[in-house]
Amino acid sequence: MSVVKHSIAKRSFDAVVVGAGGAGMRAAIQLAEAGLKVAVLSKVFPTRSHTVAAQGGIGAALGNMEEDNWHWHMFDTVKGSDYLGDQDAIEFMCRMAPQAVYELEHFGMPFDRNADGTLYQRPFGGHLSQFGQGKPVRRSCAAADRTGHAMLHTLYQRNVRQGTHFFVEWLALDLIRDQHGDVLGVVALEMETGEAMIFQAKATVLATGGAGRIFESSTNAFINTGDGLGMVARAGIPLEDMEFWQFHPTGVAGAGVLITEGVRGEGGYLVNANGERFMERYAPNAKDLASRDVVSRSMDQEIKEGRGCGPHKDHVLLKLEHLGPELINSKLPSIREIAIKFANVDPIKEPIPVVPTCHYMMGGIPANYYGQVVAQKDGNANAPVPGLYAAGECACVSVHGANRLGTNSLVDLLVFGRAAGEHVVETIKREPRAHKELPANAADRALSRLARLEGGSGGEQVAQVASDMRKTIQKHCGVFRTGTLLAEGVSKIREINARAQRTTIADKSKVFNTARIEALELENLAIVAEATVVSAEARKESRGAQAREDFKDRDDTNWLKHTLWYMQGSRLDYKEVNLKPLSVESFKPKARSY
Amino acid sequence: MKFRVYRYNPEKDAKPYMQDYDVPVADTDRMLLDAIVKLKALDDTLSFRRSCREGVCGSDAMNINGKNGLACITNLRELKEPVVLRPLPGLPVIRDLIVDMTQFFKQYHSIKPYVVDDRPLPEKERKQSPTERAELEGLYECILCACCTTSCPSFWWNPDKFVGPAGLLQAYRFIADSRDQVTAERLDNLEDPYRLFRCHTIMNCVDVCPKGLNPSLAISKIKELMVKRTV
Ligand SMILES: Cc1cc2nc3c(=O)[nH]c(=O)nc-3n(C[C@H](O)[C@H](O)[C@H](O)COP(=O)(O)OP(=O)(O)OC[C@H]3O[C@@H](n4cnc5c(N)ncnc54)[C@H](O)[C@@H]3O)c2cc1C
Ligand code: SF4
Ligand code: SF4
Ligand code: FES
Repeated sequence: MSVVKHSIAKRSFDAVVVGAGGAGMRAAIQLAEAGLKVAVLSKVFPTRSHTVAAQGGIGAALGNMEEDNWHWHMFDTVKGSDYLGDQDAIEFMCRMAPQAVYELEHFGMPFDRNADGTLYQRPFGGHLSQFGQGKPVRRSCAAADRTGHAMLHTLYQRNVRQGTHFFVEWLALDLIRDQHGDVLGVVALEMETGEAMIFQAKATVLATGGAGRIFESSTNAFINTGDGLGMVARAGIPLEDMEFWQFHPTGVAGAGVLITEGVRGEGGYLVNANGERFMERYAPNAKDLASRDVVSRSMDQEIKEGRGCGPHKDHVLLKLEHLGPELINSKLPSIREIAIKFANVDPIKEPIPVVPTCHYMMGGIPANYYGQVVAQKDGNANAPVPGLYAAGECACVSVHGANRLGTNSLVDLLVFGRAAGEHVVETIKREPRAHKELPANAADRALSRLARLEGGSGGEQVAQVASDMRKTIQKHCGVFRTGTLLAEGVSKIREINARAQRTTIADKSKVFNTARIEALELENLAIVAEATVVSAEARKESRGAQAREDFKDRDDTNWLKHTLWYMQGSRLDYKEVNLKPLSVESFKPKARSY
Repeated sequence: MKFRVYRYNPEKDAKPYMQDYDVPVADTDRMLLDAIVKLKALDDTLSFRRSCREGVCGSDAMNINGKNGLACITNLRELKEPVVLRPLPGLPVIRDLIVDMTQFFKQYHSIKPYVVDDRPLPEKERKQSPTERAELEGLYECILCACCTTSCPSFWWNPDKFVGPAGLLQAYRFIADSRDQVTAERLDNLEDPYRLFRCHTIMNCVDVCPKGLNPSLAISKIKELMVKRTV
């Protein structure tokens, strides 16, 4: 690494939270409430984080509509994860979920209500009663189809009340780690001035969200570039289960914009070119409310077998006309807006053309249910990395395993954002201490990344490399995967990742240089892309969201384990799945049908 | 397609200027934002904000052919050429299409944008009837894009004193919430010749809101409440 001689400003905090989406802001509430000195960094104004786009709801077994309990929620989550989820963390999340939702109500969330004034709940895919044996259960708490928007604004508002210190439009570049491996903060760039600064912290909480922008067709925002994952990977910490990406069944064909599963929860269903409600064949019990991986594969199967709709037979249709204008306008108003704007159809009159679209990253930064980032050390596969936490979509706790259930991300943000905040508070109160000394080279990695872009010319354009990456991932690592496609994908993505670390930009200015930001983001995206295809190629089975045509079955004997990908040498390792819950009996892997 | 774009980089430019572009757009580029993203691939020195590309995050508000709107949900085919793009009016420009939103958020924060209810809280949810909840419709959906506030002449003249339509819409959102216990304080906070009463019902705000919200109506409801409590 080139040594950059540069004076760089520094500020010190008890805790630094990177990310002001649902997870980061929930953590911040906990930290600010405890009176710690906290900085929350976000590359966009907090309410512009992608949590804002979540539509359908927050899963919690409140039992407001009919009998329900956290143990059923836990079973559904374990089964949904195709048994790759860690059962200690899943138990923790499902038990804490009701409290997390009530707290959000107390913060002022404008939830939809029942006639008796309690929170309204709607059905969602994979959420059933009686340990999967009973009927679909209404478990998703919602604010129309704008749940994420309402939740993100509510969390921001609560932070305003508490006087949380936000650093808005700051891009975190890299972690600071000392020779013992302790994390001592981050280096970040202020977009408006173009200046970098050290944020020294006793605890660093990563809450940087997903990286769905590695795919060409995605429900994710432009800013979902996996920055936290890149930072962690560069610092020598592995990424877990990166082969598992959720394809949401209902992205608007051609546009990628999401149509919530809540549409099917409210009674919408999918049909093929013959007008057949095909999910009845693939999932006789849950039908259109089977888990997402199952529905997406069924749709792809229909399309592959020539029963797709439209002139190119490349999508299926989501019907909701029969729900009537009143329900559509009251419970699904934004869906109607999206369909009109992005698909040119009014769903009150016509069905919406949809295709499976990349939506959610199940993998991420390895963490335990306290939010601590964990890595291998001295024979312990799950040794906490001192000073480092991760929560939300960027983390892999792992509650979602190989496939996430709808509504389980928003609840994950609330539960683990809070847990991470809580753990930081307890640790700092238990062991009050001064800041550790920063290593002399604390900012080197970050500054050399900036220096590369400041100088340099004649390299490749960011937009070109990014487009090649997205096309390659889409083609080689989509809904159905084969050994040959994946192997080709690995070599192509390795090359693209190398190119991503060598781009040049024309804009060399400092003030709000978004070309520079996009170049830095692409470095992270390409790392995520490489982790994804390398992990997918190695896993010789089908499980949850990973469907391999050459290994069609789940193989618990050889593959009931988490993947760990290290950037250094693009090396793989594995660790055990925790099948042992905290207080109840383990759910043993069983064949999965809906 | 032809574009004419406001350019200003404080490090290089003594003053702002308009730059013309011809951007090849494909059939699949439906929205204005698609074209601007293409434009940036041609000229990476153009700076603008964007994120969700579906009209929910409020990042890409700009002045499009003279009217404020969100680029990501503005249909490209309906725009007259050359498409003239400028930063939102009435706020300081940082660079190109990026404005400094500090004043806008200051006004938002000034209305205490959070439910205040310091009574002991129940273990579960507080009850709220569907009718009470319905009072929040058309209010809580605001995405803080600032299209309305930056189209309001009253805000242009008094950005530090007049709360502006977005802030006032939110002020009413908390007044209207059956759980909030401090309506009187909220009204006191606005009882001022400028904070609320600079609104002269010019209605630009209603005209531009990309979410179809009606700040003007919310403002008149606040005014009604003020009148009511004086009689
Ligand atoms: C369209 C859509 C609908 C969805 N609907 C649902 C639903 O109904 N129910 C459900 O449970 N889940 C849903 N999900 C999933 C869920 O919304 C996301 O997984 C979740 O919101 C992610 O939250 P987060 O807090 O982890 O990250 P985000 O909300 O993405 O926030 C990330 C934050 O990190 C910041 N950041 C990132 N990188 C940096 C950096 N380098 N420096 C500084 N800051 C940085 C960003 O500015 C942002 O503040 C949906 C997802 C999508 C895309
Ligand atoms: S109605 Fe009031 S707030 Fe709206 S634009 Fe006019 S003066 Fe401004
Ligand atoms: S009221 Fe409408 S225009 Fe104004 S900030 Fe909110 S969403 Fe934007
Ligand atoms: S990019 Fe989010 S509103 Fe347009």
